[in-house]
Amino acid sequence: MKLFFALLLCVSVAPNVFAHGSGSDRLARNLAATCANCHGTEGHSVGKVAALAGKPAQDTIGKLTEFKEGKRPATIMHQIAKGFTDEQLRLIADYFAAQK
Amino acid sequence: MRTVNRRDFLKAAAASAGFAALGGCASMEAGGGKNHVVVIGGGFGGATAARYLKHWGGANVNVTLIERDQEFVSCPLSNLIIGGSKSLPDITRGYASLAKERVRIVHDEVVAIDAEKRTVKLASGQSMGYERLVMSPGVEFQWDQVPALQDAAAREQILHAWKAGPQTLTLRKQLEAMPDGGVFAITIPLAPYRCPPGPYERACQAAHYFKQAKPKSKVLVLDANDKIVSKPALFDKIFKEMYGGMIEYRPNSRLMDVDVATRTAKLEFDDVKADVLNVVPPQRAADIAKNTGLITTNNKWCDVDWLTMESKVQPRIHILGDAVLAAPAMPKSGHMANQHGKIAAAAIIELLDGRAPNSTPVAVNTCYSFVDDKKVIHVSSVHQYNAEKKLLETVKDSGGLSKEANELEGEYALSWAQNIWADMLG
Ligand code: HEC
Repeated sequence: MKLFFALLLCVSVAPNVFAHGSGSDRLARNLAATCANCHGTEGHSVGKVAALAGKPAQDTIGKLTEFKEGKRPATIMHQIAKGFTDEQLRLIADYFAAQK
Repeated sequence: MRTVNRRDFLKAAAASAGFAALGGCASMEAGGGKNHVVVIGGGFGGATAARYLKHWGGANVNVTLIERDQEFVSCPLSNLIIGGSKSLPDITRGYASLAKERVRIVHDEVVAIDAEKRTVKLASGQSMGYERLVMSPGVEFQWDQVPALQDAAAREQILHAWKAGPQTLTLRKQLEAMPDGGVFAITIPLAPYRCPPGPYERACQAAHYFKQAKPKSKVLVLDANDKIVSKPALFDKIFKEMYGGMIEYRPNSRLMDVDVATRTAKLEFDDVKADVLNVVPPQRAADIAKNTGLITTNNKWCDVDWLTMESKVQPRIHILGDAVLAAPAMPKSGHMANQHGKIAAAAIIELLDGRAPNSTPVAVNTCYSFVDDKKVIHVSSVHQYNAEKKLLETVKDSGGLSKEANELEGEYALSWAQNIWADMLG
C-alpha cells in the first residue's frame, strides 16, 4: 500500500506556474476568445469567415471601427462590433496581431 | 482501474509514513490531485471548457471530461438532415483530437455527486475527486407534462428529435414515408427551451422538403407561446412568402397530451390529428443537476454567478449551457454554451491559482437558422457584465437580425459550424 501511494504521488514545488502574462494579457485573451466561434481558435479560421491571427492590429482595428460606424458592408459584424468598447476592440486587435 | 477518490487518498496517504516528507501537491495518476477539474458533459459547453482549461491552464491543470457518448453529434445543423440536405456524418465529430490536447476523456455516466467530499461517482462504479467541477449537463425532457409519452415505446413513434442523433434520422424517415397531402405537426413548449429558433427552422426544413417531394402536404406549427419566440418578424415573413399555404402557424396552442395511435396532439382547446407528429417537450436542467440540488428557479434552472459560472448554491461547482438560469435575453444555444465554457475556464484558472476572476466577462451569441437548404437568417447579441446588477446584460444598440434570408449567410453559417466544432473539440 505504502509503495502504491508513493508511486502515485508526485511532488510539485513550483507555486505560481499558471500565470501566463499579466492581467491585461489575460483580459485580451478572454475578449478575443469571444470571436473564436466564428473566426477560429486564436483567430485560425477553418472556414469561409476570415482568419484574424497574425493580421496587423491597424488593419483589424480599422475594419472594426468601420463596422462599428456602419461604413463597411457586413451581414453581422456591425452588430457585434457595437457590443464592444473601443478599448476592448483595441485589446482584441493587438492580441490577434500577436498570434502566429 | 478504480480511481482512488480524494478523501480515501488523503486518508491512506496520511497513514503512510512517507506523506509528511513528500508534502505539498499530490497529483494522482488517474487525473486526481490539487488541480484536478472534472467536466461533466462533452457538448458545446463542457467540451469548450475542457479544451480551454488545458489551452490556457497548461500542464498545471488536470482535466477529465466525462461524456456518455463516443461521438459528438451537433444539434445546430441537425435540422438540415430533416430537410434532406445533410447527413449524420456531416454533423458528427470525434473526441480524439481533444484527447491529444491532454484532456483525459472518460466515456461513462455520472450517477452521483458528493459536493461535500468533492467526488463524482460513475455508472461503472469508479469514483473520482475534484478540486473544481464543471457541469454542462444539458436538459431533461419533462415527459410528465405529456403523459402518454411517459411510455418509452410511445416515444419511438412520436419523436422529439431535440437531441441530435438516431431520432433525427427517424424523423426524416417518417417524413419520407408520409404520403403527399399529409400533415406534419410540430409542437413547441413555453419558452425557455433549448434552441429558441430551432422549431421554426425545423418547420421551414420540412416545408422545403415537401415543396420538392410532396407539394400538397402541410406543416402545422403548434406553439404554446403567444407568438414566435425567436426572429418573429423574419420567420413570419418566411412562413408567408416562401411557404405560403404550406406552413400554418398557430400561437397559444399548448400541448396537454397526445394520442399515440392516431398521432393526435391534444391541445388546451382542441385536438389536431397529424400524419407525422413531432413533440418538442417542456424542459428543465438535467437530472444530475437536480439530484445535486443545483436547481434554484421554477424547479427548472440553475442560477449562477456570471463572473465564474459557479452555482449560487454549491461552491466549486460551475454550471454551463442550457441548464443555467439564463440572464435576460440570453438564449439557450450552443454558441452561448461555448461562451459560458470560456468564462468558466478563465475563472477556474485564476481561482486555482488564488487570484480573483476576470471582473469584466463578455459573451457573444449568434443563432443561424436555415430556412431552406441554402438561405439563412441570424439573430446576434453581445452581453457585457454589469457589476451593479451582477448580470451579463445585452449592450444597447448592439446585436440584431439579418435583413432577410440570404445565401451568403448560409455559407457563413456552415463556416460557423466548422469553427465552433473545432473550437470545442480541437
Ligand atoms: C457570428 C459569427 C462572428 C463572430 C462571433 C465574430 N465575427 Fe467577425 N466576421 C464574421 C463575418 C460573417 C464576417 C464578414 C463580414 C460580415 O458579413 O459581417 C466577419 C468579418 C470580420 C472582420 C473583417 C475581416 C476581413 O479581413 O475582412 C474582422 C476584423 C472581424 N470580423 C473581427 C471580429 C472580432 C474582433 C470578433 C470578436 C469580437 C468577431 N469578428 C466576432 C462573423 C463573426
